[in-house]
Amino acid sequence: MYAKDYHDLGTPLATGDAVTFEIDGATVTVPAGTSIMRAAALAGGDIPKLCATDTLKAFGSCRVCLVEIEGRKGFPASCTTEVAAGMKVHTHSEALTKLRRGVLELYVSEHPMGSCPDSSRCDLEHLAHEHGIGESRFAGPATARDLHTPKPVDASNPYFRFDNDLCIVCSRCVRACEDTQGTYALTIKGRGLESRVCASENQPFLESECVSCGACVEACPTGALMEKSVITAGLPQAAVPTTCAYCGVGCSLIAEVTDGAVSRMVPNRNGRANQGHACVKGRFAYGYATHADRVTRPMIRKRITDEWREVSWDEAVAYAASEFRRIQAQHGRDSIGGITSSRCTNEETFLVQKLVRAAFGTNNVDTCARVCHSPTGYGLKHTLGESAGTQEFVSVQYADVIMVIGASPTEAHPVFASQMKRRLHAGAKLIVVDPRGIPLVKSPHVEADYHLRLLPGTNVAVINALAHVVVTEGLTKEQYIADRCELDSYEKWKKFVSDPVNSPEAMEQVSGVPAAALRGAARLYARGPNSAIYYGLGVTEHSQGTTMVMGIANLAMATGNLGREGVGVSPLRGQNNVQGSCDMGSFPHEYSGYRHVSDDATRVLFESMWKVQLGSEPGLRIPNMFEAALDGSFRGIYIQGEDLAQSDPNTSHVTAALSALECLVIQDIFHNETSKFAHVFLPGSSFLEKDGTFTNAERRISRVRKVIEPLAGLADWEVTVRLSNALGYPMNYTHPSQIMDEIAALTPTFTGVSYEKLDRLGTIQWPCNAKSPDGTPTMHVGSFVRGKGKFYVTAYVPTSERTSSRFPLLLTTGRVLTQYNVGAQTRRTANMAWHSEDRLEIHPHDAEARGIEHGDWVGVTSRAGDTVLRVEITERVAPGVVYTTFHFPESGANLITTENSDWATNCPEYKVTAVQVVKVAQPSAWQMRREAEIFAKPPATERVT
Amino acid sequence: MNIERLVAMANDIAAFFDAEPDKAVAAEGVRFHIARFWDPRMRREIAAHAVAGGAGLSATALAAIKALAPPANSSNQ
Repeated sequence: MYAKDYHDLGTPLATGDAVTFEIDGATVTVPAGTSIMRAAALAGGDIPKLCATDTLKAFGSCRVCLVEIEGRKGFPASCTTEVAAGMKVHTHSEALTKLRRGVLELYVSEHPMGSCPDSSRCDLEHLAHEHGIGESRFAGPATARDLHTPKPVDASNPYFRFDNDLCIVCSRCVRACEDTQGTYALTIKGRGLESRVCASENQPFLESECVSCGACVEACPTGALMEKSVITAGLPQAAVPTTCAYCGVGCSLIAEVTDGAVSRMVPNRNGRANQGHACVKGRFAYGYATHADRVTRPMIRKRITDEWREVSWDEAVAYAASEFRRIQAQHGRDSIGGITSSRCTNEETFLVQKLVRAAFGTNNVDTCARVCHSPTGYGLKHTLGESAGTQEFVSVQYADVIMVIGASPTEAHPVFASQMKRRLHAGAKLIVVDPRGIPLVKSPHVEADYHLRLLPGTNVAVINALAHVVVTEGLTKEQYIADRCELDSYEKWKKFVSDPVNSPEAMEQVSGVPAAALRGAARLYARGPNSAIYYGLGVTEHSQGTTMVMGIANLAMATGNLGREGVGVSPLRGQNNVQGSCDMGSFPHEYSGYRHVSDDATRVLFESMWKVQLGSEPGLRIPNMFEAALDGSFRGIYIQGEDLAQSDPNTSHVTAALSALECLVIQDIFHNETSKFAHVFLPGSSFLEKDGTFTNAERRISRVRKVIEPLAGLADWEVTVRLSNALGYPMNYTHPSQIMDEIAALTPTFTGVSYEKLDRLGTIQWPCNAKSPDGTPTMHVGSFVRGKGKFYVTAYVPTSERTSSRFPLLLTTGRVLTQYNVGAQTRRTANMAWHSEDRLEIHPHDAEARGIEHGDWVGVTSRAGDTVLRVEITERVAPGVVYTTFHFPESGANLITTENSDWATNCPEYKVTAVQVVKVAQPSAWQMRREAEIFAKPPATERVT
Repeated sequence: MNIERLVAMANDIAAFFDAEPDKAVAAEGVRFHIARFWDPRMRREIAAHAVAGGAGLSATALAAIKALAPPANSSNQ
């Protein structure tokens, strides 16, 4: 069940015109379409209910919520009966009480009082108690409970268990799976007394299609579906609203705390981004925060071959500061730098870039967004004027056509995917542009109208061909363009895409996408009338990542699909605070709010506030830092919350660079691949241990609130403050709200943001300033941020990473639902039950040609390196294409990826690597060496006490 | 810095701007991009490479780099 003190209104919100009626003698006005049940609850007189909850459409099965309506016969269900003007309703009477008691007694005959593990969380037992029912008249030998076939408790799911004997078959779980999650994994099987909830084909939950989102558990009104943690921990003593630390959806969650530990995480039903939903990661996979691997004491060592030595915070920070200053004295100010993290808060990333610019005195600061969405920032800034997505998530409910490019929302952004599926179930059309058959292409009640299955690396060829159709078939919105765009850029672009070389027929040879399908998709998108594009790393992580982002913006402008609800260009951000880390000035060329360091007015503003002279030249990006480390001009780095050695491409190159550093300071919650090369380890704090804010993919700023004390004693921002002070640049913050105040004072898009306002409004979408004091849900309304939208000519330039006789297959990479990025968090949770290793997906034809069978170990070799993975043979990938995830360090997925990168931003080309795949009998040399190192010298870890 | 890598990066930038029919405009696009996004040491090294003949640089990239101004003196020395 949901939070114990939550006032469930029974049925969802209605939005019709006002209707006035009478309920129990009181006059009530509600929107037309409101159920009697909801109206009664709003008026303060709850009607008993079991099958109804305000997150699901009314079902009318339990017969507990009966009411009387003057002038009407019988006892209608209040959940399925809408109010009407002048209606007079009675919710309590002797007859109603008798009816309800009879129904409740029947339920109690199947679900005896006291049978739930926690009766205080059982709506049925609560209602029965209210109606004075201790036991059922229908109890006894051969009662309903005894007549049905008993079923064992299904405890297969690591996070919740299902006890059939406590189920009252109200279908709330089935409806939650269908309406909230959109997976359709649950059903009611059998008839009469044998009716029971089943997962898939009567399988254990773990083996079924269930995605473990937990919506069913939350919807269950009894203890039939219940979190194991709740059974163990009991009732919470506190509930703290906060924001999820996984993907860029940024779900609002409520952490329930029992005896100082998180006992349950539930989605916040007032959460604007997640609309009261969560996924298997956000809801359940928080246990990593207190995992035994957490490092809780600072450590230092002179050389990376030395053993770690535990020291005090003061000694660790002083050593790091002295090393940084020593290096700068010997090799110059720009011989060091820092990296901010998209897993840390806005306040923390702001502080790290401030430390680098003000205390280090260099602009050598970058962020992990470099390797994911940096092309988004560049591409959207240049075309539309702002480095961010244009919509809020709820906008998808107004889309007629949804185009998903290079993203798999059900796997990487599952809560938004559920919202998207809701719209698709309601009839919106779907275009998927992806080399792989992602789940959205065909799943229960969803089938893409077009799946443009392009070859990896040919995005720009496809977007130009789509634009060619739009332009040459007269599908552009000329008046919109005339009003809102730079016409000379439009004319130039129009001429470019109209060239027959960009036609679907010409580009079919390049992309592998049939021309007819591409023409159909282009027409569908252009005719909308509301067409929305959602894209992911399958767009950005290419040598032409920025070009593709620009191509997407071109197409949206040309068809008038920007500046209102239901349309737009929305990047699906990988990590929870990718948007925020970019906003906060983490890139080496710009301050917060995306203002270049060479802009004198901006720099003077920062210099005045920070009381220090700042550099006017851009600093090094992450890949440049590696190069500079190898040539000796870059020797020290402060990395907060990023595992470069696992997440960045061409591992051999990265580790060579890290090995060359004289001082690598890492701040993280666990030892990782990068910490093997570190000289100072500063224990980090998880999202549960600090205050701050995250900004999600909608530009939505949400509060992160401290739920438990930092295990190592300090929140991440406090560590940065100490380091800065040790470097001689004073920072005197005592709370992250003061950092946000500084951000607001320095950043035009944040001037109206404060913790007070966030607490008052819940969340805020930037820009939030005098012009938009409560934030901006939809960007570019009326005009583009840059003034006139600018079209860019986006010629297709093939990547230099091409197949050959030596490397005949193209490798592309992605994620699974249950693991997250490099897996540092999710590998330390029970999510391992679903995905315990990275596998290589290969088409049956390619497998057969190589004598490979399902489950075989295969060597995957590229020009950069080689690794060994287990194989999964599947038609999800096309012939000639292989696919893997990168959640496990031992997989060495980035040993294979190359140093190719996006021309504008150096975002790595993770999505295209030419490889050969052969059957092998043993791990790669790198994997054997790694395993031997682990076996010989386990990483220094501290058990949390 | 690895000059081959810098040359490849410059050529990648030039490949985007080469879609511009006016070659002078294309070269200016490349120059502006490098000035805005490359650290001074990278600019100094690619500029020195261009002065030395610019082996491997495309025509647009070479023209752009020859037009690069020296890095500002105020920072990133």
